[in-house]
Amino acid sequence: MSVSNLHMYVMSAPLLTAFFVNLFGRKSPAVVAVLTLGSLAFSSLASLAVMGNVMVHGRISYVAGNWAAPYGIELVVDHLSAVMLILISVVALLASVSALKSVGQELPGREYQFFALYLILIAGLMGLVLTGDAFNLYVMLEITSITSYGLIAMGKGRAPLASFNYVIMGSVGACFYLLGVAYLYLMTGTLNMADMAQILPTIGGGAAVATALGFILVGLWVKMAFFPLHGWLPNAYSLAPTGAGLIAAPLVTKVTVYLMVRLMFWVFSSDYLFFTHPMVQSGIVWAATAGIICASALALAQRDLKRMLTYIIVAEVGYMVGGVWLANKTGLTGAVLHIVNDALMTLCLFLAVAAIVYKLGSGEFDKLQGIYRKMPITMAAFTVGAFSMIGVPPTAGFFSKWYLILGGIEAGHWEYVIALLFSSLVNAVLFFRIIEIGYFYKDEHDHGHEQRDEAPVLMQAPLVVCAVALIVIGLGSGPLVESIIKLALPAGF
Amino acid sequence: MSVQSSIWPLVAVLVSLLAAIPIMLSDRTPNLRESWTLLAALVKVGIVLTLLPAVLAGGGWEFTIAEVIPGVPLQLRVDAMGMFFALIASILWFFTSLYSIGYMRSLNEHAQTRYFASFAVAISATLGVAFAGNLLTMYLFYEMLSLSTYPLVTHEQNAEARKSGRKYLTYILGTSIGLALPAMLIVYNLAGNLDFTVGGVLAGSGVTPQTLALLVVLFLFGFAKAGIMPFHGWLPAAMVAPTPVSSFLHGVAVVKAGVFSILRVIFHILGPETLQAADLGAIITTLASVTLLVASLVALTQDNLKRRLAYSTIGQLSYMVLGAGMLTAAGMTGGMLHIAMHAFGKITLFFCAGAIYVAAGKKYISQMDGLGRQMPITFVAFFLGSLSIIGLPPLGGFISKWTLLVGAVEGEQLILVLVLLGSSLLNAAYFLPIVYRAFINPPPEGTVNGIKEAPIYCLGPICVTAAASLALFFFNGVFLQLAQQALGLGG
Repeated sequence: MSVSNLHMYVMSAPLLTAFFVNLFGRKSPAVVAVLTLGSLAFSSLASLAVMGNVMVHGRISYVAGNWAAPYGIELVVDHLSAVMLILISVVALLASVSALKSVGQELPGREYQFFALYLILIAGLMGLVLTGDAFNLYVMLEITSITSYGLIAMGKGRAPLASFNYVIMGSVGACFYLLGVAYLYLMTGTLNMADMAQILPTIGGGAAVATALGFILVGLWVKMAFFPLHGWLPNAYSLAPTGAGLIAAPLVTKVTVYLMVRLMFWVFSSDYLFFTHPMVQSGIVWAATAGIICASALALAQRDLKRMLTYIIVAEVGYMVGGVWLANKTGLTGAVLHIVNDALMTLCLFLAVAAIVYKLGSGEFDKLQGIYRKMPITMAAFTVGAFSMIGVPPTAGFFSKWYLILGGIEAGHWEYVIALLFSSLVNAVLFFRIIEIGYFYKDEHDHGHEQRDEAPVLMQAPLVVCAVALIVIGLGSGPLVESIIKLALPAGF
Repeated sequence: MSVQSSIWPLVAVLVSLLAAIPIMLSDRTPNLRESWTLLAALVKVGIVLTLLPAVLAGGGWEFTIAEVIPGVPLQLRVDAMGMFFALIASILWFFTSLYSIGYMRSLNEHAQTRYFASFAVAISATLGVAFAGNLLTMYLFYEMLSLSTYPLVTHEQNAEARKSGRKYLTYILGTSIGLALPAMLIVYNLAGNLDFTVGGVLAGSGVTPQTLALLVVLFLFGFAKAGIMPFHGWLPAAMVAPTPVSSFLHGVAVVKAGVFSILRVIFHILGPETLQAADLGAIITTLASVTLLVASLVALTQDNLKRRLAYSTIGQLSYMVLGAGMLTAAGMTGGMLHIAMHAFGKITLFFCAGAIYVAAGKKYISQMDGLGRQMPITFVAFFLGSLSIIGLPPLGGFISKWTLLVGAVEGEQLILVLVLLGSSLLNAAYFLPIVYRAFINPPPEGTVNGIKEAPIYCLGPICVTAAASLALFFFNGVFLQLAQQALGLGG
């Protein structure tokens, strides 16, 4: 291990462990737990070290198999990917602690299968963040998708159908992306992203390049469930085993937003994106606006916690896509900060839901009466996550929303500003409805207090850590933006 | 004296928030639990009073909690205006705590632990609003106040209380997120920071009159706790809460946090001179005038005593906003003074309403015939409180209303003089019949006697606040000086 290849180990640890989990975890869930937590703890620590290295040395590149770029595959880590690497490994670690309990209950005896896929999914997500090669990115994208299909299909009832639906949509998305990359390869003769970025300005903005950009964007939008290409997500994430939702919901969409940012600014250039076809830029902000409003409205119609959260995820994707396409620094800062914050608050809410489902069997609203008395710690953390989604200061969610709205004002995209405010208000309605049911409904004749019946400590611990993190990150968002996020933004933008 | 860095403002804000923890842990020992509340209240008043002399001497205190956004830290700063509000809120919290103990125990209310804990968080938020050093910090505590008072409004947990809770949040959270938040961001976009500056942070930023007009409207309605019509409906609905909540939060802390926020924005964000130059005071005075007249008229029709007081509050809050909107020295001073005068008067009236409910079980004015003979102390206090709100000497309310009238004359706004006088008549018309009924009308035939005064925990605070309303007529120098310092006048 050295400075130049440490990030490769961050990714390899879960990938290799996946095979050991499959080999040695068949007899004993304890072995699965030790291997999974061990590898993710290693990745988390190592990713922090990678961040430290990047702060000192700047961009660090590792060429796999010693085949020099642009022909070999480059694994690159810069400020932005280091942030993502920490986010993925820490979220995966926290999620897995709770998932071990949840999977033990929902899929007894199949832990080794679940966690083998789970770890490969995480390795795939890390690969997406690290790769410097557009085709390798496609490979990683398929690794994450295929493992997700498998994890989702392990759920009960209609889960295999939801997974099949996701397979179709996901494959269409992957085709679009691959076609886009093929166009770029035809035009530039390279697959290395840094190389492409050098060549593209010299060949002008012809129709082929525009088509490539369009195909890549549409492909990624399907994968990130950008409205109206979100159709696969609500069913897939709500019918999947709770443990699969725990990892997929916070990370998959957010990492795909990262990919969009990466390809937009590190392969194409902001001049090309925003000025060659100005209608495209404002058109996408309008699409994001429509997405935020429609997804928020759909969330209102749900009567189940998990399903409600899945529509909120779709709305949040609109926040980030809109923020990136505002074409100003404030908006992009907000979008990148929101990738981090949204991942954490989605994790917080899904961890709470996992604890509730563990105890109640499901998250239907009708079952939630008296839940605050039964599970006070879980619900306290849930409330923090909810406030962050609504955007109540000083939780993290407020500050990324601040930048996003400010970006909208600076760009004069008032429709986007209004959509964000509307979505905040809808979130307030959504979550206070649950607080009202869970806290204030009382049976007129029932004077006995409901017994306390909390989820296991292993499900509460990551939840509490996550809720505290939301407040700490909120209060620390000044230094976070100034000393990390600012450096992670594309140079000269 | 200059502004010094000190942790005491933070302690003053947090002491009650931290007290919420032992309060929750002492669930099973009510006496210990209430000791925590009283202890926190005393510590809070003590700290605020020790910070006072430096502020009166023209200095101040500040504490930066965290740097969250470039140019906008989370920061507490004790200046004259914040001290003005903090003084009222912390003193009245102590008496409300005493009163709460008497009220909640006499009625044997459920969920008292939640009640006292939420109350403690709410007062922390109120002091936070008072001591906030910039608009973002104020917004943070304003939201915290909204959220912590929700469980108090929904206290009863029946269908009506839940419905009122929903209405409360819809109005308060809806306007703060939907209107005040974007307004704050527009200001940040224009000025680059959100510090409270005497003369306004937007002074000299080249803001266009159109944007300024938009901001005025967004802020006026965005801080819906001030109850400017048409965003007043939550206040009568919130009367389902236990009476100490109505008296302290919906007579003093919450509603005044709304008015205070509006005044802060007018004085220290938008700037009176900037508003004057764009001739925008008229928007404020018109909205406030309409609200105060309509609310007073509606108050006349209410038979439920607490609802009548609620509409009266809506009207009186608009006095304060009206004063600020006059943009004259006396008008703005009068608006601020009315925060103090109304606080002591209205809390007395609400305390009385609660005492009547505890002692006699009566909520409706039409049931109160002859009740003054059985509860003379309560009704004398009620009489004093009414006189103060109407604005008659020798009570505190006269001072603020007089200053408001001077402000209207100074600004040569005769129509406002008429509004003020007309409204005072309406105030008299909805308060004095209650007193008349209680003392002069005979009790209805066949009523059971044996109604006595409320317990001492209730009665004591009533006497204190009523006496304070009286005393404020004679001794109001501190409040006057703070108000003038806040406006950058004289001191």
